[in-house]
Amino acid sequence: MSIAPRHERTTTAPTLEVPAAELTVEQQRELYRLLAAVRHLDVSAIAWQRQGIIPGYAPGRGQEAAQVGSAFALERGSDFVFPTYREVGVARAWGVDMVAYMSTHKATWHGGLYDPAASRFAPIQAVVGGSVLHAVGWAHGQTLDGRKADGTLNAAISYFGDGASSQGDVHEAMNFAAIFKAPVIFFVQNNGWAISVPTERQVAGGSVSARALGYGMATVQVDGNDVEAVYAATKAARAYAAAGHGPVLIEAMTYRRGPHSTSDDPGRYRSLEDERTDGGQDPVDRYAEALRTAGVADDEFFAQALAEAQAEENAIREGVAAMDPRPGTEMFDFVFQEPTGALRAQANHWREESEHV
Amino acid sequence: MSESVIEKQAGAAYPAPAVEELSMQKTINRALADALRADPKVLVLGEDVGQLGGVFRVTADLQAEFGADRVFDTPLAESGILGMSVGLAMAGYHPIPEVQFDGFAYPAVNQIIAQIGRLNYRSRGKLPMPITLRVPSFGGLRAPEMHTESLEALFAHVPGLKVVSPANPHQAYHLMRLAATMPDPVMFLEPKPRYWQKEAVDLAEPGMLDGARIAREGKHVTLVAYGAMVARCLQVAELAAEDGIQVEVVDLRWIKPLDIATLAGSVAKTKRAIVVHEAPLTAGMGGEIAAQLTQACFDLLKAPVERVTGFDVPYPSGDLEDEYVPNVDRILFGIQRVLEYRRG
Repeated sequence: MSIAPRHERTTTAPTLEVPAAELTVEQQRELYRLLAAVRHLDVSAIAWQRQGIIPGYAPGRGQEAAQVGSAFALERGSDFVFPTYREVGVARAWGVDMVAYMSTHKATWHGGLYDPAASRFAPIQAVVGGSVLHAVGWAHGQTLDGRKADGTLNAAISYFGDGASSQGDVHEAMNFAAIFKAPVIFFVQNNGWAISVPTERQVAGGSVSARALGYGMATVQVDGNDVEAVYAATKAARAYAAAGHGPVLIEAMTYRRGPHSTSDDPGRYRSLEDERTDGGQDPVDRYAEALRTAGVADDEFFAQALAEAQAEENAIREGVAAMDPRPGTEMFDFVFQEPTGALRAQANHWREESEHV
Repeated sequence: MSESVIEKQAGAAYPAPAVEELSMQKTINRALADALRADPKVLVLGEDVGQLGGVFRVTADLQAEFGADRVFDTPLAESGILGMSVGLAMAGYHPIPEVQFDGFAYPAVNQIIAQIGRLNYRSRGKLPMPITLRVPSFGGLRAPEMHTESLEALFAHVPGLKVVSPANPHQAYHLMRLAATMPDPVMFLEPKPRYWQKEAVDLAEPGMLDGARIAREGKHVTLVAYGAMVARCLQVAELAAEDGIQVEVVDLRWIKPLDIATLAGSVAKTKRAIVVHEAPLTAGMGGEIAAQLTQACFDLLKAPVERVTGFDVPYPSGDLEDEYVPNVDRILFGIQRVLEYRRG
């Protein structure tokens, strides 16, 4: 039995042309400096946790190329970044104040102490599918605002992982984005693991990008450990979305080389041997090698990049260590724009009972 | 009509009458149109809100007037509607999303509670959430399951949300106009059994919109209600008056923030209070109101604060609805209990 279609129901997902990255030597060197800074900060943050400077951290080791390469391709002042909780490399490459960023790991303030409106980097988010829809809404707002003088739209980028793609909100976000042709880039870091569950037990259909095809969305799978490839894909995706063609999904295939968080024990679900083989070549080393081979950077450059990364990490660590808890009044100050009388009364009550000692 | 309205209309060749007989469904529609007109950043979105005008026609004709950019249908996905509204609010808009029926808020609970309720806090006030979430609420229509729920205590419990429920068309118009200008998220619970009741509405003069309102004066007992139950309590007050019992009815309006001062003022006069709501008894608004009234008026109360509510069961099917929702008799029994209460 066959059913005659009333309309042409098949959709063909558009193809995203990704030309090779055109980067100047200075941009290549900057990309490496960012990778080095992020790597050094990230590895150090685990040490800070062991030293008791911060109570917890979600390491990003292995995902630096995916994060730095994509953020480097976005337009500052136009675009808006919607992260989850493992976007340290995106935050650094996007210029977020890293002491303020780390404050969320210091347990100083949920979401970070930076200004998300000014930095255009949304607060850090734990319900990982939740913010994907926010990116779609923000992007649709850009469509409603209308095109800029240069005929383009601002674009949103939503970072999430293969694990997050199991949440229903990610489906709703992709469907909404495709329906509304929202200028949004879904940037999936497929790092192989959702805490202890590997991608093959997490993502049906083989890949997240395969799902996006079903929404008629342009997709691209990219080697997430190749910073220039990620840059090129994101640049192309951004141009496509900003031109008003609709959403794009980039699936950056990478590997979470460390634990999910400083509380995690990867030894319970994978071996060190697995980590070595499955992870492939380290993305930071790999770019160093590429730049060295191309004659773009030498020992002096790498030594300089490392020294800068160390100095930066020192400054951030000192900033984080020196950070005091926020004044208790702030607990009440930011619940509403217009606080209720009951909340003011609770704040006064708290003040009386906490300040009499 | 107040002086100021007359002044405003002086000089107009054919002044429109400020007071009209209108249904709540019509006044919310007017409020949405006026909000869309007043602020280009206001948007109306949801399932079927466009050409159809919503299943209750509350958004009728809005798309025709304001265009499909400002009044638009979304896919059938409540989390999507509200998550999209979050992003639109971040982009500087004031979305007025509709959840088609109260029970359909459940699929969107993460977006309502963990996102809309927290983003102002999480961003230290830099990303306000001016979202007016319209939820056709409460029972009385013998509707299918999930089309009849009473969620106010759930929402009121969530930090970062404000919750309001109008009891009549006049309140509905002005509370919607107010909510559409507020910088914080407002859960706007529309009592759907009251959608078609016509009453006098003064579109020009809102009156006080803060806190609770005394809907009827009385001196023997205070009935506290909101949404659809206000009309029922007014009916009870009429019947009780035949027996010489003067019932004061307080329309809570704002479930959060709760206007305990007005309630306490009423109880100071009547010395007795009963909270009436459709939602289940346990951990409902009645418990909160009883606790606060006890704290504020302990020495004045001549009886414990009573609650006449739904039961701790899922909102039942239409055939059992009349047994579940507080009816006139159950409220009268409540009045009898507080009037006859004697200290042990």
